[in-house]
Amino acid sequence: MRPFTYERAADAASAVKAAVEVPGARFLAGGTNLIDLMKLQIETPAHLIDVSRLPLARIEDTADGGLSIGAMATNSQVAADPRVRARYPVLVQAIVAGASPQLRNKASVAGNLLQRTRCAYFYDTTKPCNKRRPGAGCAALEGLNRNAAIFGTSEACIAAYPSDMAVALQVLDARVETLGASAQARAFALDELHRLPGETPHIETTLAAGELITAVVLPPPPEGAQLYRKARDRASFAGGLASVAVAGGRIALGAVALKPWRAARAEAALAAGAAPAEAMRAELEQARSAGRNDFKVALVERLGAATIQQTRGLA
Amino acid sequence: MRTSFTVNGTLRSLDLDPRVTLLDALREQLGLTGSKKGCDHGQCGACTVLVNGLRVNACLTLAVACDGDQVTTIEGLGAPDALHPLQRAFLTEDAFQCGYCTPGQICSAVGMLEEVAAGWPSQETQDLTGQVRLTDDEIRERMSGNICRCSAYPQIVAAIRSVAGEGV
Amino acid sequence: MNSVRDWAAPNPVTENRQGIIGKPVDRYEGPLKVTGSAPYAYEVQPPSPPAYGVMIPAAIPRGRVSRVDVTAAEAAPGVKLAWTHLNAPAQQDPPPDAPFLAPVARPALRSDRVMHFGQPVALVVADTLENAQAAAHLVEIAYETEPAEVDFAAAAPHATNPPGEPDVRMGDFETAFEAAPVRLDETWDTPIQIHCQMEPHATLAWWEDGKCVVHTSAQMVRLTQTGLANTLGIDRDDVLLRSRYVGGGFGGKGPFYEDLVLAALASRELGQPVKIAFSRQHMFHGTCHRPATSQRVRLAAGPDGRLTGMSMITVTHTDREGKFWERASNFSRSLYAAPNRLTGHRLVRLDLPMAGAMRAPGEASGMLSLECAMDELAERLGLDPLELRLRNEPDVDPETGKPFSIRQLTRCMREGAQMFGWDRRSPKPGQVRDGRWLVGMGMASAIRGNMLLPAKATFSLDVSGVVTVRQGMTDIGTGSYTVLAQIAAETVGVPLEDVRVEIGDSEFAPTPGSGGQFGAATAGSAAFAAGMNLRKAIGELGTGDPGSPLHGADPEQVTILGGVVAVGNRSERLAALIARAAPEGLTVEGEINPPSDMRDWSQHTYGAHFVEVAVDPVTGETRVRRMLGVFAAGRILNRKTARSQLTGGMIWGVSHALHDGAAVDPRYGSFVNPDLAQYMVPVQADIGELEAIMLDEADDKANPMGIKGVGELGIAGSGSAVANAIYNACGARIRDYPITPEKVMAAMMAQGL
Repeated sequence: MRPFTYERAADAASAVKAAVEVPGARFLAGGTNLIDLMKLQIETPAHLIDVSRLPLARIEDTADGGLSIGAMATNSQVAADPRVRARYPVLVQAIVAGASPQLRNKASVAGNLLQRTRCAYFYDTTKPCNKRRPGAGCAALEGLNRNAAIFGTSEACIAAYPSDMAVALQVLDARVETLGASAQARAFALDELHRLPGETPHIETTLAAGELITAVVLPPPPEGAQLYRKARDRASFAGGLASVAVAGGRIALGAVALKPWRAARAEAALAAGAAPAEAMRAELEQARSAGRNDFKVALVERLGAATIQQTRGLA
Repeated sequence: MRTSFTVNGTLRSLDLDPRVTLLDALREQLGLTGSKKGCDHGQCGACTVLVNGLRVNACLTLAVACDGDQVTTIEGLGAPDALHPLQRAFLTEDAFQCGYCTPGQICSAVGMLEEVAAGWPSQETQDLTGQVRLTDDEIRERMSGNICRCSAYPQIVAAIRSVAGEGV
Repeated sequence: MNSVRDWAAPNPVTENRQGIIGKPVDRYEGPLKVTGSAPYAYEVQPPSPPAYGVMIPAAIPRGRVSRVDVTAAEAAPGVKLAWTHLNAPAQQDPPPDAPFLAPVARPALRSDRVMHFGQPVALVVADTLENAQAAAHLVEIAYETEPAEVDFAAAAPHATNPPGEPDVRMGDFETAFEAAPVRLDETWDTPIQIHCQMEPHATLAWWEDGKCVVHTSAQMVRLTQTGLANTLGIDRDDVLLRSRYVGGGFGGKGPFYEDLVLAALASRELGQPVKIAFSRQHMFHGTCHRPATSQRVRLAAGPDGRLTGMSMITVTHTDREGKFWERASNFSRSLYAAPNRLTGHRLVRLDLPMAGAMRAPGEASGMLSLECAMDELAERLGLDPLELRLRNEPDVDPETGKPFSIRQLTRCMREGAQMFGWDRRSPKPGQVRDGRWLVGMGMASAIRGNMLLPAKATFSLDVSGVVTVRQGMTDIGTGSYTVLAQIAAETVGVPLEDVRVEIGDSEFAPTPGSGGQFGAATAGSAAFAAGMNLRKAIGELGTGDPGSPLHGADPEQVTILGGVVAVGNRSERLAALIARAAPEGLTVEGEINPPSDMRDWSQHTYGAHFVEVAVDPVTGETRVRRMLGVFAAGRILNRKTARSQLTGGMIWGVSHALHDGAAVDPRYGSFVNPDLAQYMVPVQADIGELEAIMLDEADDKANPMGIKGVGELGIAGSGSAVANAIYNACGARIRDYPITPEKVMAAMMAQGL
C-alpha cells in the first residue's frame, strides 16, 4: 500500500468536509473491497476517513411502510433483521448468496453498493484497463472474458458489476440517500447511482466528490413472491455467472452489466402476457456478448424464466 | 499512530503505521502467529479472528481502525494443555491436515455458532422467518468462507457437529 | 536387506503386539496446530528482529529486462536493499541437463533473461513489510519482449515424443482397433492446475557462525538444503535447513524457489534475519503447476466387453528448460487387460512457468480420460460400467507380465457397489429427479503406483525410557509425525506416550521427504529399521548387564512390551535398565535400501469410487451429494490420518472434475485467474457426505511393514466418477475439464433440455 493517513470521522458532516478538503481522501467503511484494492495499488488514497463508526447503521421503518437501512449497517446485520427477513426476503437471499460470512460481517451497505468490478484484467495491473488507466485499452474485449457483461457494454469496457445485494435492491426499487459536499442531503433511485461504461469507464457512479451515502430506503414491498437465484462455479463463496432477482412482476439481473440491471423490457413483456422465457428473450435482444461469455445469454434466459416460474409457484 | 485494542483479554497499545493490517499487527508485532496469512485478500479465511465477537478477515482490517475493539484470536480460545471444546473436537475428528487453515476454521466456527444462536439466516436457511436449524448443510454453507486445500471438510463438519450437538 | 523375501518373517509391526499399528490415534502435533502454536517458516522467532523482503514478478512471458531503475525504491522509507540482476550477489549455476528435483543450484536474479511471466526480477528488503511492499512498486522495469509460445492447444499438434520415451507397443493395436465390433475414440482435455497450498511458499533466513540457518516451507529437506548450498557455493553442512511445519505441499514444495535463495543472500548481506514469502498472486506464476494435457483414448472391444485393444496417448507440455512432464498414460499400462496396446506421450515446450509434480502426477490427470472412456464404452456395450471393468481384470500386469504383489481392485469395486447402493443406478441418463435437481451416479477405478526409496533414521533412548525419533522427514499434513511415533512405539515396544518425534531438520538422518505417496513407507521403513536395531541393542545391553535380571540370557529371546524388557518371567522397566547400564542413553541408526527384486512384482495401490451428483437442469451447476471410496493400500498405520488422506484426495478429484483450472491468456502468457477468488478450489458447501473405507491388506513385497502410501490414491479416478455421474444425471458428456456450469448447460440444451 502507498502511505496514507487515517482519521476516524466524528460525524457525517465533518467526514464529508474532510473528503472534499484533503487531497486524495477516500471513505473507509468495511474495507473489504478498498483494502483489497489498496494492497494491489489499484486504489491509492492518500487519506482514509473511517466512516464505519458513524451512527448510520440503524434499520428503521418508514412512514409509508418501507424500511430505511443505514449505510453503515453491515451486510450481516441487514440479512438478520427480522423486518427485512419478513418483508424483503429477496434482499436476504441476495446478501447471503454473496461473499463469505466473514466478509459480510464487515462489509457495509454503502461499501457493497460501491464495490468495483472483479474483471480479471482490472485486477491484473500488468494488463491494459480503461478503468484503471483511462485510454489504456481494454484487455477483456478480446480476452478471456467469461465473466464480462452482456448489457450496456462499450468498446472501452465490458466489465460486470459484482454485487448480489444491489440486484435485490434494484428489484425492490430502492432509493439512495446521500450527504453532499456542502452538507446538503439528496435522494435518488438506485438505478441512477451507477453509470454504464460508455467512453469513461473510470467514472463509475453519479456521486459527487466527497458525497457520502447515508442510507438506502426501501419502499413497501411489491405484491407477490420474491426470489433471488444465482448461478456460479461453486456452491458458495463465488461470484455469480449470472443472477436473477424477481419481486412481483419486477426483474433485475446480476453479473451481466456494469450496474444492477433492471430488466425493463422483460417486465413489460411479462405484463403484456408473455411467457417467462419469451419475456427474458425480449430483454436479451439488446444483449451483446464478447466470446467467452456468450453462454450468459442462454443462462440468463433459462435462469430468469425458471426464477419467474418459481415465484409463481410460491405465490 | 497510537492505537489501543484488547487482544485475548489484554489491552495492547501499539504505535502503528496506518497501513498495518490487524493480521500483520498480530503476527509481526504481537507475536501472535496463530492467525494465518493464506491470501491476504479475504479470499481464503485463514486469517479469521473475532472482533467484538464477530468473525472477520483480519487481512482486510486495518489495525488502526480497531482502536477500542476487542479482538480474540486462536491463542485466546485455548492452549495445548487447555483446549477449547472446538479445538478438542478438531483434534479428535482429525479436522485438519497441514494445520495452516485450522486456526481460522476454529475461530470461524466459534463465530458461526454465535450467529446461529442469534438466528442469522444463511443461503441454506429455507424459512427466513423461523428458527435456524443447524443441519450439516447449514454448517457446510456457513463454513464456506474458510478454504481447506487439504480438504478436511467432512471432518470439520463432524467436529463442529460434535460440539454443537443436534439442538442448536 | 537385499531381497523382499527377507520381509516375510513376522516382526513387531506385522504382529502388532501392542495394537498401536493401525490405531486411529490423534495427530502427534495436533494440539499445537489447533491452538495456532505450531510455527510455520515465516513465523519462527529469529534471534533478532527480521527485515522483510518482497519480490517483484516479471510482467512478460519471454524477453529481457532492458532497463531497471531502483533509485526511487532505494530512497523509500526503511529500504535496506534493492536487487536486480545487475547487483544481486554472485551465485552458482546448475549443471546442464540436471533431472527434475535434482539437488542442484537454482540462482535467483541470474541475468536479464525473462523465461516466464512472474519470474522474480527484483527484490526489495525493508525494515517493515509495509515499507517493503510499497517500495516494490517503486522499482521501474522496462522489458524487451520476444515472441512467446504459450498456447498449448495451438502447439499441441506439433508435439513429439519426450526424449528417451518411445511409445510402448504390444501386439498390433491399429489392426485390432480396425477389426473391433465396438470402438471408442475420444479425446479429453485437462487444464493447468495450481496446488494452492494454504501456506504460501516462505523462508526466514539468518547466518550464525558462518552457517546459513533457514526455516522454509519445503517437502524435501535434503534436496532443498543441498540445492541452496550449491546455489550459494558453500558446503552442504553450512546450510541448516528446517521445515518443521509445512502448510500444504501437494508436490509444489518439492522444488525450491527464489524466496529461499534470496532470503539466504539478503540476510548474509545485511547481517540480519530476512524473511520472504510469495504473495498468493505471485505463487501462481512464480512456483510450479500441473501442466495441461490432451489425452486421446481408443478402446476396442468384443461384444462381450472384453478389450481387444487399448491406446492412450497424452499430449502435454513443459517449460522451455523443463524436465518434468505429466506422464498421464503410464497408469493405463497396468490397469486393464487387452492384448493389443499402444501407450505413450507427446511433449511441447512452452514459455510458461515451471511445470512440476502435483498430487498423483500422472494418475490425477490420466484417469480423468480412461475411466470416463470405460463408462462410455460400457454404455455402447449395454453393460454396467462396473461389470465392464470386472471383465477386463488382468491376472498379471498386462504390459510387463509380472505378477501383482497384491491386487484387490475387484474387491474394492464389489464391496463399494454394495455399500453405496450402486444397484439403484438407472443405466439410462436423465431419469432421476429430486425436486428441481437431476440426480445421477458414477463410478471409477483407482490405481496409483507404490514406491520405496532409500532413507535413514536415528532413534535415541534416554534414561526415562523415552524414544526420540530424529529424521530429515517432513509432515506436510500427511501425518508423518504421528505414524513415525506409532512405528517407533510398536517396533521398540514402548507406549506411544514414550515416543518423541523430531523431523524437518537437515541435521537429522536424511530421507527423500514427502512426495509421490512414498513418504510413510520410505521414512517409516527407515524408522522401522532403526527401531529393530534399538531392540537389538536393548537386548544386548540387558543380557550383558550383571545388574539386570536379564543377565546371561540369549539376546534373541528378549521381548520388549509396554516399556518392559523381559526374558521369560525375568523382567525390568526399560527406563531402569538404561539408567543403570547406559546412563548416557542409546542411539542407533536405521536404513532402508530397496532390494532389486522388488521390481519383480507389479506393485500398486487400488480403489473404487462411487459418486452421486445432482445437476441443476437450468444452469448446469453440479453438486456432489454423496461419495464413497473403497481402497486397498497395504497395512494401514493409522486409520484416522489415513482416512483423512484418502477423503482429502477424493475431494481433490471433485476439484479436478468441477473446479481447478488456470486459464492462460495467449496474448500475455499469463494466467487470467491468479488468486483464490478467481481460481476455484472447492469450499465446504461443495462437499456432501463422503466416506473412505480401507480394506484389510498387507503387501509383503512393499517393505518390511507391508504398508503402502495413501496420500495420492484418493484423487486417482475420483474426478472421473464425478464426470460419469454428471452424464448419468443429465446426459452431458463433457470431455473438457473442469466441468463448469455453462458446458453442462450447453450439452443439455443440445439435447433439447
